[in-house]
Amino acid sequence: MQIVLAIILGAAFGAVLDRIGATNPSILNRMLALRDLRLAKAIMLGIGVFSILTFAGQMLGLVDVGHMSVKAANAGVFLGGVLLGIGWAVSGYCPGTAVCAVGAGRRDAIGYVFGGLLGALAFTLVYDAVTAMGLLDGIAGGKVTLGPVPGSEYGGVLNIRGDVLGIIMGLIFVAVAFVLPERLRPAPVVGEPVRA
Amino acid sequence: MTLDWKSGGVLLGLVFFLAFLLVKPIGVSTQFVVADGVIWDMLNPSLVVTGADGTASSAVTYIDKNASKIANPLNYDFIFVLVMILGAAASTLARGGLSREERRVPALWAANHGNDATKRFLVAFASGFIVLFGARLADGCTSGNMMSGMGQTALSGYIFTLGAFAAAIPTAIALFPRDTSPNT
Repeated sequence: MQIVLAIILGAAFGAVLDRIGATNPSILNRMLALRDLRLAKAIMLGIGVFSILTFAGQMLGLVDVGHMSVKAANAGVFLGGVLLGIGWAVSGYCPGTAVCAVGAGRRDAIGYVFGGLLGALAFTLVYDAVTAMGLLDGIAGGKVTLGPVPGSEYGGVLNIRGDVLGIIMGLIFVAVAFVLPERLRPAPVVGEPVRA
Repeated sequence: MTLDWKSGGVLLGLVFFLAFLLVKPIGVSTQFVVADGVIWDMLNPSLVVTGADGTASSAVTYIDKNASKIANPLNYDFIFVLVMILGAAASTLARGGLSREERRVPALWAANHGNDATKRFLVAFASGFIVLFGARLADGCTSGNMMSGMGQTALSGYIFTLGAFAAAIPTAIALFPRDTSPNT
């Protein structure tokens, strides 16, 4: 049954990433260069919808709180985010969208996935050293959500009900998605197409 | 064509919600380690060993954390990521497929850095290396930390997102000043 769900949900995720334009590095890079934020609006609306449905479902007892999976907050999360951000902007791919772009027929995405396999291997080889450096030591409680979610194993940063906060954060994401303009920076220089 | 951001955003949120409801939050980058482990274990079968009680383990700490998944790659997480390829392929074909030029070099990259496919391939390779190293250091990528993480109000999700955009926005602005059309 789990495998059937993996096939249905994985295919749906791949198709949706493609349909919102996330498998196209040009669209990704125009977003990161703040010239076309429609993809950012879709992502924020997605996070908001996910958050509201999940936490409302938990409050109604329809969604299993035990499905929550919260990663530890530590220095490695920030440093790793910075490294990921650089490679993301240079290539226009994050790991999930690159895997999808391979399916879309993009040749450079194959290079990215091979590079990614090697990068993940490099981290595997230095994992003990990274741990010894203390980069993975939890900060602010480590595996925490903004507020403690009733029934979950995770602590909260604030002493406010986590599921209520989750719905509020979800509404904020939806609101920002609507308020955010489609462009924050001026139109680009039009280059002579370098293509032959 | 690309979906309107409103329908696209709602669909994206529904997929994340359904995955959470039925199984667990979506994440992708761990599967690069699982794929590494599967290949490594093929070359050196002593990497992951299965004990008498059926528990898989490894002497390499980070492989050990994923040992059961590497011993049995036909698990939910690995299949999920493999099938994403098929989902995206079907979606691309359904909207008419990509042009030969676009498959070689994406248009925005070509407008700024030329249409040398080998150069683009090598840049993508190096980017993939940095991104997956970073994603493993952060214990998650854009899916697991940014979307699933912030969607669950995880502190780590906000920290990750801050780091990622602080680096990505100036990099993209510096690298892509030109475009193929003034309307983008």
